[in-house]
Amino acid sequence: MSNKMHVKLNVNGEDHEFLAEPRELLIYALREKLNITGPHVGCETSHCGACTVTMNGKSVKSCTVFVAQANGAEVTTIEGLGSPDALHVLQENFKEHHGLQCGFCTPGMITRAAKLLEENPNPTEEEVRFGIAGNICRCTGYQNIVKSILSAASELNAAKEAAQ
Amino acid sequence: MIPAAFEYYRPTDMAGVIALLQEHGDEARVIAGGHSLIPMMKLRMAEVPHLVDLQGIAGLSEITVADGTIRIGAMTTQHDIINSALLVDAAPIMKEAALQIADPQVRYMGTVGGNVANGDPGNDMPGLMQCLNAQFHLTGPDGDRSVDARDFYEAAYMTDREDEEVLTAVTFAAPVGGYAYEKQKRKIGDYATAAAAVQISKADGKVATASIAMTNLSDTPVWSEAAADALIGTDCREAAIKAAVTAMLDDIDPTEDNRGPVAFKRHAAGIVLGRAIARAWSRA
Repeated sequence: MSNKMHVKLNVNGEDHEFLAEPRELLIYALREKLNITGPHVGCETSHCGACTVTMNGKSVKSCTVFVAQANGAEVTTIEGLGSPDALHVLQENFKEHHGLQCGFCTPGMITRAAKLLEENPNPTEEEVRFGIAGNICRCTGYQNIVKSILSAASELNAAKEAAQ
Repeated sequence: MIPAAFEYYRPTDMAGVIALLQEHGDEARVIAGGHSLIPMMKLRMAEVPHLVDLQGIAGLSEITVADGTIRIGAMTTQHDIINSALLVDAAPIMKEAALQIADPQVRYMGTVGGNVANGDPGNDMPGLMQCLNAQFHLTGPDGDRSVDARDFYEAAYMTDREDEEVLTAVTFAAPVGGYAYEKQKRKIGDYATAAAAVQISKADGKVATASIAMTNLSDTPVWSEAAADALIGTDCREAAIKAAVTAMLDDIDPTEDNRGPVAFKRHAAGIVLGRAIARAWSRA
């Protein structure tokens, strides 16, 4: 029953192959097999969104995807969005606007926000709040997270305009 | 958090799925979006020795509208529903309801078929499907059959679907008139304390047709024919809405849980239905 399967994942542009039991959750494959420990585990009922990654173009809670289902998928985690030397515009704005305190929800929050801005580059405050409603934060009270995301959206839009 | 071990299959055609279900009986389950099943497996409330993933089957996630009939493949996600211009045009109540289900991440994965086949009275789509008089299409070892949404639900987690059958699509006639899905919940992502799906059409200033279904107020969704009958032929003003609410309250049977006691749920049911009727009428 515990037959391992051969799993292929492309994470942050890099191909990985490993053996895993089908029941292994994607979050644990990322954290424990691939040492990509930005995505976190904050619950066991699929509510908190701390494990959010982008899988095949969708924001997903990686605690609610079996590695067997993810076999063959392309995954982006917080580690794939920016680096300490070259922060993603969302990372820069979370820092600037104090959109984090303990930092535990932040990788999921920013990964979700990146997808939200891709789909809706010019969201209202209400759309931002609704768009991150699958991500719980215990520290910030959300206000500064919303500011960070709206500010990142403005910067992205300004950069787009400048490029035209 | 840690599910029990299972064998995983990703067949590429429906015959392959059915063969696996026949071979393993009630030891096998299909997995669609996984956002009800996996949480249950993580809590060990569901043990599934053989997990059959439907993601490899082509053609299960299409939305079509032809000759006034809307067809939604079972693997269509809530995200797809919200973003389908075709569906927003033909049956806007689907988007209104889908936006009240779960949260963005869950909506990218959770499917219509999983929502209606799950059998949890907390799910929103079952009541909506009863309101729309939808048909559920099932494929099994003996071929295809369809069941009215209004006949599909037997009890909590008990439906007309056999263990060896797969729900492949839902179909319904494009609804006419005004619509509303009104849901009272404690927070984002919660199942309803009470919710109402309403479709109303108008002729000569009166209610011509009406359909009303309630969510999470019994161990199944509740289609209330009596509530609709109370509206038909009226001007849909306060007295008519009150009569519809009174009729609906005779059909529901809520139970106490941490969303509130029975009396509160009955009160909430009346409020959401009144609001849903008023909004649907304003759009009719």
